[in-house]
Amino acid sequence: MLHFSPFKMISIAVLCLAAMFYAIPNLFDKATVESWPRWLPQKQISLGLDLRGGAHLLLSMDTNELRDDMLTSLRADARASLLRERIGFRALAIRNQSVQVRVAKAVDEPRALTALQSLSQPLDGGLLVGTTDRNVTVERGADGIISLTLTDAALRKRVTDAIGAAIETVRRRVDPTGNVDATITRNGDDRILVQVPGVDDTRALKDRIGKVALLSFHAVHQDLYYTGGPIPPGYKTAESVEAPGQQYLIRASSVVRGDDLVDASPGFDERTRAPEINFRFNQSGGRKFGTWTSANVGRPFAILLDGQVISAPVVQTAILGGAGRITGQFTPEEANNLAINLKSGALPAKLTVIEERTVGPTLGADSIASGLSAFAIGGIATLIFTIFVYGTFGLIAVAGLFINALLIIAAMTLLGSTLTLPGIAGLVLTIGMAIDANVLIYERIREELRNGKNAVEAIDTGFGRAMVTIIDSQLTTLAAALIMFWLGSGPIRGFAVTLSIGIFTSVFTAVTVVRLLVSLWLRAERAKSRAVDVPI
Amino acid sequence: MQLLPHFKGRHFIPEGTSVDFMSLRRVCFWASMAIMITAASLFATMGLNYGVDFKGGTMIELRTKAADGGTAPPADITALRDQVGGLGLGDVQIQEFGQPSDVLIRVEQQGGGETAQQDALNKVLEAVGDDYVQRRVEVVGPAVSSELRTTGIIAVLASIFAIILYIWFRFEWQFAIGAVMALTHDVLVTVGVFALFQMEFDLSTVAALLTILGYSVNDTVVVSDRIRENLRKFKRMALPDLLNRSINETLSRTLMTSGTTLIVLFALYFLGGEVIRNFTFAMLFGVIIGTYSSIFIAAPILELLGVKRDWSGVTKDQQAAASAAAS
Repeated sequence: MLHFSPFKMISIAVLCLAAMFYAIPNLFDKATVESWPRWLPQKQISLGLDLRGGAHLLLSMDTNELRDDMLTSLRADARASLLRERIGFRALAIRNQSVQVRVAKAVDEPRALTALQSLSQPLDGGLLVGTTDRNVTVERGADGIISLTLTDAALRKRVTDAIGAAIETVRRRVDPTGNVDATITRNGDDRILVQVPGVDDTRALKDRIGKVALLSFHAVHQDLYYTGGPIPPGYKTAESVEAPGQQYLIRASSVVRGDDLVDASPGFDERTRAPEINFRFNQSGGRKFGTWTSANVGRPFAILLDGQVISAPVVQTAILGGAGRITGQFTPEEANNLAINLKSGALPAKLTVIEERTVGPTLGADSIASGLSAFAIGGIATLIFTIFVYGTFGLIAVAGLFINALLIIAAMTLLGSTLTLPGIAGLVLTIGMAIDANVLIYERIREELRNGKNAVEAIDTGFGRAMVTIIDSQLTTLAAALIMFWLGSGPIRGFAVTLSIGIFTSVFTAVTVVRLLVSLWLRAERAKSRAVDVPI
Repeated sequence: MQLLPHFKGRHFIPEGTSVDFMSLRRVCFWASMAIMITAASLFATMGLNYGVDFKGGTMIELRTKAADGGTAPPADITALRDQVGGLGLGDVQIQEFGQPSDVLIRVEQQGGGETAQQDALNKVLEAVGDDYVQRRVEVVGPAVSSELRTTGIIAVLASIFAIILYIWFRFEWQFAIGAVMALTHDVLVTVGVFALFQMEFDLSTVAALLTILGYSVNDTVVVSDRIRENLRKFKRMALPDLLNRSINETLSRTLMTSGTTLIVLFALYFLGGEVIRNFTFAMLFGVIIGTYSSIFIAAPILELLGVKRDWSGVTKDQQAAASAAAS
């Protein structure tokens, strides 16, 4: 147990030095670290919102609204296809979450069914080959009522798409310039988690997220961009989304507004295969747009979403039928999201804040300060106590603790895990509990000495026997920590993470670092005299 | 070469200490039972003071605005009560939080779904006005609070279940029952204390409970490990004596580890700030109770249930033959 090959010793030493190397940036502030030469580590532990201050908002999407939307357009489609086939019908309505209709003459029923069946389309984007999911099922009930029911798969896909689009919209609204460092992620099926550092009053933020979006089409000034000087009368500036900082000079009054848009879908240019967006206006919108485009072929117009220019295409031909397409620098995914945004005026459905946790910067700073002082005082008291009880070996245990702390900090830095206030508590607690592994070993050594074994035997058996107990006892704490991680929201998760990392590092330090130090000590002592007095 | 200064440690438990824990077991066992029942009835009658995590609602921590360079003046809680109390938001609690300049406002969950909570928050913030800075805001709507309640309960049950499985797998079933009794005791008594003092019980308290479970079972495992080892070593020692011996042998370890853990927890409790005070309190209390339970509950249950004595693979006949030969 006490023999270490040189290779092992070097590995342990290298690991400890590496831990120190990667832990060091955390002792300095960010600006200092950034001024260091490139070969030095610069990564620091990222602080949770409860420490750096910021807002955590959980938004839930109104999926009923999405379903109602789908049903409404399904009803419109059903009406249109029956009218096209000149089939008389009555009682077309949305009932029990499906669209129901009764055909006037029984003779027409087969034709009506065929016409309505054509509304049932396979869902695209299915990952499985040969997937048979369709958007709508068409059934004729015994009472002669034909029901068109949305499938669960269709609804799920709609929610997934809508959340994807909403994330883009929320990002644009929360962090238009991209330098706020906000994280906006999907959470579950129909939720979005928004985390924005450095916000203490969230009222403005929530207003921005939840506002009704405005889509509008504007004429652009002949200079295209605003380059300074007085703004010509009747014009205003609008920032570009694609090139932040670039200001377009556009007509203040819009040609057409989003309210007039009835459909938008992603597509591909037939020749270039470049992603594009196809859109269609209602009658009045189509007329306005047609008149304006006829007079402005070859000139650009601006499409504004939430007051920002998302695209400024050039009018290729007069767009008379009310339908047109937007080409631009899109990826297919962006085209898809943009199409959804266009169709639904940016937010696909209402988002409601269902959970909010905001910590102001002063509280965050206070928490860091109190966490650090608890860490320092708790650590020092533990050191004194340990050295008092275990003498020289206590000193070795303390060295192990120090390395343990470095390992935890280095691991958290490299894994990119977030440090929260409960996380600091976990760190402090780990320091207290990490001693346990040493205590188990040392108490065992004391016992073996009491049973009359000599120093080498006692130390050897002490480490060997205690090992089983250490692993047994730490595994159960690890189980609790893993369950906590699964349970946890942000801060609690931080606690679980530090606790779990701490369990691994404390077992590691006890069975390698401390054992190595003890064996080195033993070797030095035995060189002095044959009878080693274990100072424990 | 002197590598390290040579100084001896001190035994704070004298060598050869032999406390007769098992003779205390009846008293302690029944006392623990009584405490558990008391805790359970406290929980049943007084209920827990659930935080916004589980109950839903709004919590706002405010600090008075300091004049330039000065310290924050004390908050006028009476005025705040007038301002916020008249908003018709139901049960509103306003209290000092940690220091005179800090105030914690709790507003109960509003009827009328998710948006109503946000409306309540806006009303309170408007009523409070510009004299305060927001230190912390937590709003939990009905959907999230009910999910958190479910996950909280599942987490505690899942932990206990995982621990039972682990101990059952590593030891005998009697040990598992002992450990579970000890764990149930720890959870119940901690919950009882939270009910008695009406301390806020939230997600972080559940995290503390889980940590207590981990800690307590850690303690129990160390004692159980020693019991198993002694069962192999002393095949014919009477079970109460053997349990006593095992507890005494691990006593200095038990106290030493509790000692260092308590030291850091005290540091956290007094220095770690108001936000995690409940969390550290639960843990402080739990570590003490967890240490107690592994000595006075987990081990005595083994005696109650009896335990397999023969761990060596030697059959009974051989043993009988051996003892006959010895005599």
